[in-house]
Amino acid sequence: MTAPATTAPTRAPAATATGRARPPRRPSVGQVVTVVVLLVLGGLWVYPFVWLVSASLKTSPEIFGSGLSLMPETPVWENYARAWTEVGFGTYFVNTLVITVGTVLLVVVRSALAGYVLGRYDFIGKKLLIGIFLVTFFLPEGYTIIPITQLTDQLRLLNTHAGVILGLGAGGQIASTLLYAGYFRRLPKELEETARLDGAGHFTIFFRVMLPLAWPITATVVILTYLFAWNVYLLPLVFTLSEPDLRTLAVGMTVFMGERGTDWSGLAAGAVISLIPVIAVFVVLQRRFVDSIAGAVKQ
Amino acid sequence: MTTTHERTHPGRGWPRRLRKDWWIYLFLLPTVLGYGAYTVYPLLASWWFAFLDWPGFAAVGTFTGLENFERLLGDDLFWNAFRNSLVFLVIAVPLRVGLALLLAIVLNRKKTPFKGFFRTLFFLPVVTTGAIVGVVFTLVLDASGPVSLSLVWSGLIDSPANFAADAGTSLYAGIAVWVWKWLGITLIYWLAALQTIPQGVHEAAMIDGAGAWAEFRHVTMPLLVPFLVIITLIDTVAAFNVFDLMQTLTGGGPSFSSEVIEIFIFRTAFQATVPQLGYASAAAVLFGLLTVVLAVVQALGMRWARGRIGSS
Repeated sequence: MTAPATTAPTRAPAATATGRARPPRRPSVGQVVTVVVLLVLGGLWVYPFVWLVSASLKTSPEIFGSGLSLMPETPVWENYARAWTEVGFGTYFVNTLVITVGTVLLVVVRSALAGYVLGRYDFIGKKLLIGIFLVTFFLPEGYTIIPITQLTDQLRLLNTHAGVILGLGAGGQIASTLLYAGYFRRLPKELEETARLDGAGHFTIFFRVMLPLAWPITATVVILTYLFAWNVYLLPLVFTLSEPDLRTLAVGMTVFMGERGTDWSGLAAGAVISLIPVIAVFVVLQRRFVDSIAGAVKQ
Repeated sequence: MTTTHERTHPGRGWPRRLRKDWWIYLFLLPTVLGYGAYTVYPLLASWWFAFLDWPGFAAVGTFTGLENFERLLGDDLFWNAFRNSLVFLVIAVPLRVGLALLLAIVLNRKKTPFKGFFRTLFFLPVVTTGAIVGVVFTLVLDASGPVSLSLVWSGLIDSPANFAADAGTSLYAGIAVWVWKWLGITLIYWLAALQTIPQGVHEAAMIDGAGAWAEFRHVTMPLLVPFLVIITLIDTVAAFNVFDLMQTLTGGGPSFSSEVIEIFIFRTAFQATVPQLGYASAAAVLFGLLTVVLAVVQALGMRWARGRIGSS
């Protein structure tokens, strides 16, 4: 969409790193072929988004009646107003925002605290804890949805924001804990010793010294958790089955399909509204996104 | 990594250590409580639920022994979902891993222009919401939508078709959309892997007069094998988390042709007029066993791959 403008700086280091003076030359045939193939493939990758934005500005009959044309006859901005108020995407948006912020806060606090002591201290039960983490690392969410729903029901948190936040952020998220642990392990011992000489307790040291130092990890964890919580579907779907006012964007979207099946343009506008927050954050922070993911896999 | 060595020879200072380290356990409390309740408990509880006849969260389950498992083994729809999940895995994972590797190699070459731009393009769908992508593709793949129209226009198919709504192709439509959505993240894995190959290796191969293919085959590929193991296993686990996309794209249909195991569980537990929570749990447990097997293979593969990366 608007991605190209921000990519220029990332190329610069690669281009100058050769260290060899390169003679001015014309692009070779192979190079041209590569670019053409990449452009076609890249076109396939953005086309659905372009089509979606175009559909959100057409009238419903126009979407499937005007062939392959991407230009709406006259942009119908009213689609967005209808999706936001009438269909309830405004409410869905707020719900998603509350759930995402809550989940991100919960995961950051919980995994920073645990990662700090796991990374820097030896204590009784540490190996057991790490063992449990490793065994459950790759547990797919679909297979525990029934007990999680039952637990939330018992806690009387079904159909509440808090229930969804706990369901998303209280368990799992081991990667975040391990990222913090790995980072804290590498910080020098003297940090705590100096702070302790100044009379600081464990909590002061953690919140005043350690957590601020770990900001690159916090940034990574915030980004990854934000993506996860904004995009998750199954758990909010199950938790809000009987409470339409609590639906998230992802859930609201699919309900829309069932209830107003022929309002294609409203549907497309709703999809654009739902996707803008993740795509915008990605475009602004794309360097961090890519580094986060590449860094997480190298761990 | 799974046993505690402290346990085998408890020291005399245990109570004192515990008392001195009280703050450590306070730091761990949120994780231990949350993880215990929302990850470990569900894992154990689903085994118990699998032995119950349990018609809804408000009702009380009755123990019926192995009846759920006996029924499952004779349930054609369960095996259908099981087979669909495996087909999905076997086709989608190699496609995603292989295509991403090809792209990564091209995007890792110095000569390729606009690398950052293309990387951004391919990564874009990764950040989007799976459920919304599913809904959007029901429109894009509609018989009068752009995909169908382009294929007719280019002469590849004779008459308009909706691949997501045809029993013969719905699963493959799901696979295609899944690969499209997630290719970018695997591409990033591969680019990170390729960057671990030192530049000197490439220059040495050039001096030896190796061609591009020979260099790839004999120099690059052997260095990439450990990463291939790790990336394949990460993507394999990802291929078990396709509920959002498949539920919204096809809903498992038409006539169960694209129903993967997660949709089977969801349908049995939450969409039936009489919920069958015990039966759905049994299905989850059986399929969970398969993922455990894969996780063990994974752990072994990872250990082996780590060793290879460490020694090179």
